[in-house]
Amino acid sequence: MNPTSAPAGRWTRFRDSYLLYSFKRDVIAQLSLVAFILLLGVAVLAPWLSPTDPYDLTTIDIMASELPPFWIAGSDEAYVLGTDAQGRDLLSTILYGARVSLIIGFGAVALQATLGVCFGLLAGYLGGRVDAFLMRLADIQLSFSTLMVAIVVGALVKAIFGGDTFGAYAVPLLVVIIGLAEWPQYARTVRASVLAEKAKEYVDAARVMGLSSRRIMFRHILPNTLSPIFVISTVQVANAIISEAALSFLGLGMPETQPSLGSLIKSGFDYLQSGSWWITLIPGAVLVMLVLVINLLGDWLRDVLNPRLYKG
Amino acid sequence: MNATESLRHSDAHSPLLEVRGLEKHFSLSGDFLEQLRFDKGRLVRRQEYVHAINGVDLTIQRGEALCVVGESGCGKSTVARTVMGLLKPSAGEVRYDGERIDDLSTRSLLPYRRRMQMIFQNPYASLNPRMTIQETLEEPIRLHHPQWSRQAIRDKVHEVMISVGVAPDWGNRYGHEFSGGQRQRIAIARALAVDPEFIVADEPISALDVSIQAQVLNLLMEARQERHLTYLFITHDLAVVEHFGTRVAVMYLGRVCEIADTATLFAHPRHPYTKALMSAIPRLEDDRPQHIRLEGEVPTPVHLPSGCVFHGRCPHANERCRREIPSLITTDNGAQVACHAIEEDRIS
Repeated sequence: MNPTSAPAGRWTRFRDSYLLYSFKRDVIAQLSLVAFILLLGVAVLAPWLSPTDPYDLTTIDIMASELPPFWIAGSDEAYVLGTDAQGRDLLSTILYGARVSLIIGFGAVALQATLGVCFGLLAGYLGGRVDAFLMRLADIQLSFSTLMVAIVVGALVKAIFGGDTFGAYAVPLLVVIIGLAEWPQYARTVRASVLAEKAKEYVDAARVMGLSSRRIMFRHILPNTLSPIFVISTVQVANAIISEAALSFLGLGMPETQPSLGSLIKSGFDYLQSGSWWITLIPGAVLVMLVLVINLLGDWLRDVLNPRLYKG
Repeated sequence: MNATESLRHSDAHSPLLEVRGLEKHFSLSGDFLEQLRFDKGRLVRRQEYVHAINGVDLTIQRGEALCVVGESGCGKSTVARTVMGLLKPSAGEVRYDGERIDDLSTRSLLPYRRRMQMIFQNPYASLNPRMTIQETLEEPIRLHHPQWSRQAIRDKVHEVMISVGVAPDWGNRYGHEFSGGQRQRIAIARALAVDPEFIVADEPISALDVSIQAQVLNLLMEARQERHLTYLFITHDLAVVEHFGTRVAVMYLGRVCEIADTATLFAHPRHPYTKALMSAIPRLEDDRPQHIRLEGEVPTPVHLPSGCVFHGRCPHANERCRREIPSLITTDNGAQVACHAIEEDRIS
């Protein structure tokens, strides 16, 4: 196997694949991908793109609070999308907020996927008691709603360690809470695919070869269950972002000093009636758009990778 | 290299594989809660089993090609899978080269995995769709020869690919880019890559086109000559048996009813079931004996018949056949038959 031919082969296969063919013909998927990459780009590059640093309290001018966006009379041209109740530039805050939301979304999904894939592989491949135990655990986990678990854990941590500690560790804490609450989604999907793959003779061939269970699970079965994992991942990223926003809105998520989109919406909510609607609605629109494009991409992927429509 | 290695363990006359009293049951009843039933107001636990194999004895000598034949559902594939350790037997034992292997752990089985390999029925499912042919073939070599250099592994893959008639420069293609016959050749190459001495082939040609079947069968026969292989060959195709096998075991409902040399069995089938089976082979001659038409159906393996499994359909069955399970007896022409009627000289 010469090293130059393998990547070339992979590229040709991608170029000839049904995935790309279907993508070229689906305008919604294309627009969603462009919008998603755009949002992802500005969120990742927030520290370089945003006009001010919303985490830096020295740049905040309380006199400049509640300024409207540029198209409304009374706006300040330094603040394109206006300012929030504390005088932070809304555009910068949204960019940083989208960053926090995406970090939590992807982090939580990475944790969910790791746990869910491992448990699903073990349950499906080993079967028997391991399977029964892990799946009952998943049932129990699923019978608590994500928000309820998150509220209880968040409130406990806040009560025990205080708001400051909570604020300092808010991002990893939210990743862990949302990640732990949703792993059964992965475990169930992976287990179902593993059961289907396990019945195929290539798994028997690997066992006859003498390979260890771990190698068979991760090297042989896992690569063949990637399509459904990929599809639920997109949906789960959107779900995790929504969960984080809901928690932040309830005051159990990101603190106001390092706002996510959810806590921005919450902080503006109190001023909605007093006419400063932009503090809530603009981050809200960004959140809706982010979740929408991820879900649209997920829908498209699910259609493309559906083995009933296309086998590969 | 292999010949000396395997001969060190034992002398050439002891059997390579011995199967004694092998049984395999599959539970039909699901988990514990599903087994509970109300029967006349009482809670009882009821378990039902499919008796896939019920007491199979086989002995395979070095260099033999033992064919196991029988109709669908008679347990021949289960025998193959139990011998290979893919299934744990419910009772009985499997001995390889004198050592019991059916109760070994995955780790302690590893030395045997190199010596015994398996070829599967469906070449469309037996190659991992996400691995290239090169990766598929390198994997067993790397596992069993961890000290080999990359070049040695590549040379070995090259050698087995040529020996099964697949061009070595197709190595970085994926399984789905090949036809069924080529895939089966690759699956054979994978089995041969670790230089085994014993190969279990579970209907290796029945999923292939008729035009390809002969090629693959010839490939297996060449491999047997060149590599001194011993085969356990599962098939339902009697023409293949006549062509390929040195000995034949006929199975019915999870039991062996007759084992004989291929020539003996085809010339003088003894067991009533074997006779019926042989008479079903389409022949060109005019003077062949009347086709034997068996009454009824194969009984379900869930509720096994008492006594001889064949008694319900056997024209020679008597009271003893309904009561007592016949064991294999050696007859005058060397064939082993499990039949009371032959033991009692009621039939020839």
